[in-house]
Amino acid sequence: MAKRIDVKDLNIYYGDFHAVKDVTMTIEPRSVTAFIGPSGCGKSTVLRTLNRMHEIIPGAYVKGTVEMGGKDLYSKDTDPVDVRRRVGMVFQRPNPFPTMSIRENVLAGLRLNSKRLSKSAADELVESSLRGANLWQEVKDRLDRPGSGLSGGQQQRLCIARAIAVQPEVILMDEPCSALDPISTLAIEDLINELKEEYTVVIVTHNMQQAARVSDRTAFFNLEATGLPGELVEMNDTRIIFSNPHKTATEDYISGRFG
Amino acid sequence: MAADSLGGHRGRPYPSPSITEGPMSTDSTSADAVTLGSEGPLRGATTQAGGPAEPPSGESRATVSGGRARRRLGDTIFKGLSISSALLILVILAGVAIFLINRAWPVFGAAPEEISGGQGFFSYVWPLVVGTVIASVIAMVLAAPVAVGIALFISHYSPKRLSAALGFVIDLLAAVPSVIYGMWGWTVLAPLMVPSFVWLSENLGFLPFFETASRTGRTLLTASIVLAVMILPIITSVSREVFLQTPRLQEEAALALGATKWEMIRTVVWPFGKPGVIGGTMLGLGRALGETMAVAIILSVGGFSWNIINAGNSTIPSEIALNFPEASGIRLAELVAAGLVLFVITFVVNVVARYIVNRRAEFSGAN
Amino acid sequence: MSTQALRRRRLDDIEGVELNPVRASSNRAFQVLAALAVIAAAVLRLAGVNLALAAVGSYLAFVVLVHLVYRVRNGGRVAADKTAKAVLYGTFIVAIVPLVSLLGTVIASGGATAVNPDYLLTSMRGVTGVHDRATVEEGAPLIGGAYHAIIGTLIITGLAALISVPIGLFTAVFLVEYRSKGRLATAIRFLVDVMTGIPSIVAGLFAFALWAVLFGVGTKNGFSGAVALSVLMIPTVVRSAEEMLRIVPNELREAALALGVPKWRTIVRVVLPTAASGLAAGVTLAIARVVGETAPLLVAVGVTQGINVNPGDGPMNTLAVYAYNLFKYPRNPGYPDPSLDRAWAAAFLLILVVVLLNLSARLIARFFAPKTTG
Repeated sequence: MAKRIDVKDLNIYYGDFHAVKDVTMTIEPRSVTAFIGPSGCGKSTVLRTLNRMHEIIPGAYVKGTVEMGGKDLYSKDTDPVDVRRRVGMVFQRPNPFPTMSIRENVLAGLRLNSKRLSKSAADELVESSLRGANLWQEVKDRLDRPGSGLSGGQQQRLCIARAIAVQPEVILMDEPCSALDPISTLAIEDLINELKEEYTVVIVTHNMQQAARVSDRTAFFNLEATGLPGELVEMNDTRIIFSNPHKTATEDYISGRFG
Repeated sequence: MAADSLGGHRGRPYPSPSITEGPMSTDSTSADAVTLGSEGPLRGATTQAGGPAEPPSGESRATVSGGRARRRLGDTIFKGLSISSALLILVILAGVAIFLINRAWPVFGAAPEEISGGQGFFSYVWPLVVGTVIASVIAMVLAAPVAVGIALFISHYSPKRLSAALGFVIDLLAAVPSVIYGMWGWTVLAPLMVPSFVWLSENLGFLPFFETASRTGRTLLTASIVLAVMILPIITSVSREVFLQTPRLQEEAALALGATKWEMIRTVVWPFGKPGVIGGTMLGLGRALGETMAVAIILSVGGFSWNIINAGNSTIPSEIALNFPEASGIRLAELVAAGLVLFVITFVVNVVARYIVNRRAEFSGAN
Repeated sequence: MSTQALRRRRLDDIEGVELNPVRASSNRAFQVLAALAVIAAAVLRLAGVNLALAAVGSYLAFVVLVHLVYRVRNGGRVAADKTAKAVLYGTFIVAIVPLVSLLGTVIASGGATAVNPDYLLTSMRGVTGVHDRATVEEGAPLIGGAYHAIIGTLIITGLAALISVPIGLFTAVFLVEYRSKGRLATAIRFLVDVMTGIPSIVAGLFAFALWAVLFGVGTKNGFSGAVALSVLMIPTVVRSAEEMLRIVPNELREAALALGVPKWRTIVRVVLPTAASGLAAGVTLAIARVVGETAPLLVAVGVTQGINVNPGDGPMNTLAVYAYNLFKYPRNPGYPDPSLDRAWAAAFLLILVVVLLNLSARLIARFFAPKTTG
């Protein structure tokens, strides 16, 4: 199920504003890729172009290609809605649907994307998705309670369960732990490690230790000055980025000299 | 600003500035700044240090003790004015009820024969109440779906500039005086409605509502349509407000799961905004119930009838407006009493509507 | 646990799941169909079909066609999405049509008379049905105007503003600066909201009843009308002023208080000036809301045909009441047109005032917007 992503000469614009310049990278399947960099460097923007979520801002457009498993996500016969079904996303703050129960939250994506969903199939998918998100043991007795009653970390895992329930090929995570306490963060990091056995995972993080802990490869983004487009400075194995980066900007950043 | 002209309502709990809390209202010391919140001591020090350098005008550069006395007096007076204004609002509201009861009182002691229709106040006012409710409910049913559609269009579909323009259109719809709506309904809408009334009576004439068609078009249904246009803005503005409050993160969650825009609205925006829409619709109902001139102009007054496409029927406000100028004695009391009934009905509807809207606002604040 | 996850079956392999993916779509068909609908409506109109029928018919055909085209080409989910869009665009038109029709009618029927100086500068004193008959049958000039009503509108609305603005502002100050929480504030806020829903005629009855008790039954004058309008205006002022005071940054208050400025002076010299543009815009809109009120004035002020500039002495006239009276009860029922002309001209003036007030509220809010210092 996991797919490789090839990004070539990607330029991202919001109207007249050139947000990200000339990104070319390859994201390997069944691995965790971390995007790091200072605020405003475009790492979240690049992440959002991988499932075309940036398009919900009026005036946003891209140049260049993003291919997933060899298929261009931006070709004419690809609908953004379908892209998003195949590329799941987890957000900065947990956002379960407040009007839905835990069970319905997990099923939300499936209900949208299927013509028919039998009860037995739904039961099976709820269980397997919640198990996949390491949440099943904690919530199996209260599936019909609202998702907003869970703790922050549990809510975030519920969101992950919701994302994997539609069985995407790639999972994008936009600073998934930034609103969580250390223990919940650890639980999510463990989960990310398990998810990569089955999915391509891309994670944006502010926390360099987290990038070092969970990712196999790391991409460092930077921008030269405010107002200029962000760019990809360096991408390599996480080990190399954090021990022996090739660019001085990367070294400055990871050693805490700026950003 | 847009919402203000529509009754000044916003269904949003305001973040309460901590500065207006607690110690300020105790009035225990003359220098209010000293008692300000938890930072009291620090501010006290600043106050003393900054005392001589006190700006903004010459007259407050008095000696310290004189300044204190004046400050205290000034604060007392100002605060007193604020409190009495706030209390005055309660007094006015109570006054509306009290004075209406006072003027309407003769009706409740009068013999049934003295009341118009000769069978007591209840039989007099009952058909009016039913007419009012029918006209308003039709207006509400017509207006609510359209208003919700416009609100969604503004909040989620139209480009930003068009939204602003449309907001202005809605504001203008709200601002047009009701007497002009009435004149427009009489002159333009009523003749336009005649063919549809004829069609209704020919094809659905077996229903009591559509038995015979008016040839002027000046009927309860026409009045209801004008009322619907008139209450469109209030329902629209409340709905738009709640739709815009939908947490962006929820919307993105739905889109990221592969929802189309419409599916996103159904999954997230609608469940979130529904209570607010219900409240806004009830506010619209309240407006329609109390609307006077449009109905008074359009409707050719008559007794109650189930037929809504022919002359006849009346509503409480238009009954008052049409008869008040010539009324005197018991007739006057009767009309005031009818107004009292209207006041009670709209008060209840508005209280319930506000309760729903406000409760929803608190709920959304938790997210 | 991860082994559990690995054992998950793919969606395609699970019985009872039938996926419904979205096929790529473009807006082209939507736009083409919309253009076709407009053309169809125009053609039908030219062919002699009733305008309303042509418009509604073409629009319904448009919605149905959008649904069918997208269902065939892109599947049910896209069809639902596009149909919803078509319907929502329709509601937008529904909002515009009555407004355009109404404005058009008012301008066409009242515009010419309203700009006539004779109309603006004479009252209706002494004008009878005889004159109107002469106007229609012999082409005599239209006599009798709205001067007294214009004066009355200005006086009564001005008085109402004089009463409402201080009360409204002080109440807002109370709610924001003195007591933002607590039971009393909550109750007042709630009742102010409820008060916005008081029917205007009930406000008129209140003023009438109050005057009956204070000055004797049947006392009708301008002050009474101003009180009635105030009941309608105060809640609007309170709500908008409260909102404006709330957005004044707390740092400003704290800075002033820290300097030892007493609270009331902080409010008067810092908070109110900072919010001034918003307050002015709110008051303008509140005035716009009551300037066209008819029912309360009909009840509380009564009607007169001549000029009365003393709000303490007997009935006055206002534009809205004037329009209503002449429209509903023409001077000469046999020859209603001159009266209708006058009524529409008054309506034109009212619309003009309301639109100007709304526009100026927007301009005030935009161009005098947040000052950071008093």
